Amino acid sequence: MVPLEWYLLLAFALFVIGVTGVLIRRNIIMVLLSIELILNSANITFVAYSYYLQSIRGQVVVFFVLTMAAAEVALGLALVIALYRVRAVLNVDEMNLMRW
Amino acid sequence: MIQLAWLIPIFPALGALVNGLFGRTHIKDRAHLVAIGAVAASFLISCLVFISMATGTPATTITLYEWIAVANFKVNVAFLIDPLTAIMLMVVTGVGLLVHIYSSGYMHHDEGYWRFFTYLNLFMFSMLILILGDSYLLMFVGWEGVGLCSYLLIGFWYQKPSATRAGNKAFIVNRIGDAGFLLGIFTIFMTFGSVRYLDVFPKAGLATESVATAITLFLFIGAMGKSAQVPLYVWLPDAMEGPTPVSALIHAATMVTAGIYMVVRSNALFALAPFSLEVVAVVGAITAIFAASIGLVQTDIKRVLAYSTVSQLGYMFLACGVGAYLSGVFHLFTHAFFKGLLFLGSGSVIHALSGEQDMRKMGGLYDKIPITYKTFLIGTIAIAGIPPLAGFWSKDEILTSAFAGGHYLLWGVAVVTAFMTSFYMFRLLFLTFHGQSRVDHEVEHHIHESPSSMTVPLMILAGFSLLVGMLVGFPPESGWIHHFLSPILAKGGHEEGHPLSLGLELGLMALSTLVAVSGWALARQFYIKEPQLPKMIAERAHGVYTTLVNKYWVDEIYQAVIVRPLLWFSNFLWTFDQWVLDGLVNASGWITLLESRISEIFDIYIVDGTVNGVSATLDVGARGLRRLQTGAVQNYVLAMVTGIVVLAVVFMF
Repeated sequence: MVPLEWYLLLAFALFVIGVTGVLIRRNIIMVLLSIELILNSANITFVAYSYYLQSIRGQVVVFFVLTMAAAEVALGLALVIALYRVRAVLNVDEMNLMRW
Repeated sequence: MIQLAWLIPIFPALGALVNGLFGRTHIKDRAHLVAIGAVAASFLISCLVFISMATGTPATTITLYEWIAVANFKVNVAFLIDPLTAIMLMVVTGVGLLVHIYSSGYMHHDEGYWRFFTYLNLFMFSMLILILGDSYLLMFVGWEGVGLCSYLLIGFWYQKPSATRAGNKAFIVNRIGDAGFLLGIFTIFMTFGSVRYLDVFPKAGLATESVATAITLFLFIGAMGKSAQVPLYVWLPDAMEGPTPVSALIHAATMVTAGIYMVVRSNALFALAPFSLEVVAVVGAITAIFAASIGLVQTDIKRVLAYSTVSQLGYMFLACGVGAYLSGVFHLFTHAFFKGLLFLGSGSVIHALSGEQDMRKMGGLYDKIPITYKTFLIGTIAIAGIPPLAGFWSKDEILTSAFAGGHYLLWGVAVVTAFMTSFYMFRLLFLTFHGQSRVDHEVEHHIHESPSSMTVPLMILAGFSLLVGMLVGFPPESGWIHHFLSPILAKGGHEEGHPLSLGLELGLMALSTLVAVSGWALARQFYIKEPQLPKMIAERAHGVYTTLVNKYWVDEIYQAVIVRPLLWFSNFLWTFDQWVLDGLVNASGWITLLESRISEIFDIYIVDGTVNGVSATLDVGARGLRRLQTGAVQNYVLAMVTGIVVLAVVFMF
């Protein structure tokens, strides 16, 4: 058997990569991508626990999370496209109209 | 009967009120009806009271109401009716009534007719309060009241500056005396705990001799002011500015006798202070001769009479001073009649001569105004002290008492004064009525005898001057009046029983008569037989003559030594006061200005500073804080992550 800790470590690693990506990336698509990564790390955690606790509940939650992630991406991309139409940039640093 | 006595002052008070309020508008020249009516009513009741006292009613107190009740100081408005009061009532209301009747004639053409009677009634009221009061305080009320009325009446013709000045002088000089009187009242209260006569006199022994001396001297100062003795006599001659009835009533018969009344009333206190008695006698004697000497050379008919009054008052005080209180009262009594007569008579002369008062412009009037002349003659003989007229009896008693008491110097002074009195009075008579007529041509045409409203009082007074001396004062020292009045004297305070032999007494009487007659003879010599004599003597004794004519320059001395410095001082105080006041006002203004400056600074720096400070803080804070809002989502995410990490760390440990 693969020890649970390895799966958790994997999820944690992905999570950190994801967060780092959100913080660092300049391209807004890549930021969205990193957010997906974070979500997926959470999914891995849920699945791992589902297997090791012999409960189906974890997997059911994954369904919900995946669905929600998809919807969210759709929405996010729609916003990016709307924003691109106005500003023609994908650089996060330049999207600072909410600045003081 | 005697219980009605309280009405006596009420009538004149009402009269004054009615005339005062309605005189100008409604009553006008019927004012005399109100006034005379009031005084006549008072006179009637006074007569009833007098008869009651004379037939044996004992001294009575009638209390009207409780006036002052403060701690242990209680004074009621109450009247004491005793023999002295009864006599004074007769004099005041009797002569008062005659003067009121006379005034209706004399003041007939005057603008202020109603005002005159108002004041006259007010005076009667005050004088009656003075003599009726049962305590020193009530006497003082009346005292002040008559002083006020004297001022009002002297300055009656207020458009004349000399009259107003004379009124002021009278009131102010009087006031000096009043200060003494007040001190006396205070001391009496301190010593006896009360100011009522019946509380003080029986306990007179409570006062030590020095206290009694102090009290009596203070009281006497008051008497000096009111009764015009040296040195406070200076107002009386000037008081002649007032209408002649005023001079007759106030400055001859009534107000000026208030001082004598006060001294006689207080005889119990004076009995304990022989020094004060000496002072009284000496002052009286000095005043008598001093005033008489001035009267010798005066040319205004009323002035001579004024100085004569001062002189006769001196006689009365002399009497009191040697212990002959009753003789003093007797002289007061007779003097009221003949002096009143003389003043009213002079008024009649002035009236006849259309206002002329200078004797140098008179003469030869005896057949033109016969009634005036005859009554005036009687008055002159009376005052000169020629028997059997009134003046002789009272004056002689005083002289005898002085002699019997061993006061030979005072007696001598009094005799010389009697001579002078006779001389200057006959001089007055001769200059006015006899000899060549020196009257102004204009005036001569209008000479006429006065109306009966004026001559009848003259005749009544003349009758009294003829008879009253003998009726009430004979035989000397034991006449009816002496018996009547003896109860008012304290034990041991009255005149010594006279160890004079009948021969000596008769001798003294003869001397008085001789002195009076020689006065007449000398005057006759000077003014009828050899009219050039006066001028010659005046030139020969130039220094003396000038001094007398200028009244010893007393007025001038007072002006320079007292009045001027006082005026200067009060001016100085006023200026100083102005400085202080102005200074204070300016200073307060300046301080207010300063305070407003400070407020301003405070307002700007502190208040505004605070407000600005708050906003500055917010500003700086906001400026700093808004930098958090970068608008970059990644920054926000970073913040969130940092928070989560911190929480996780905390949670794990």
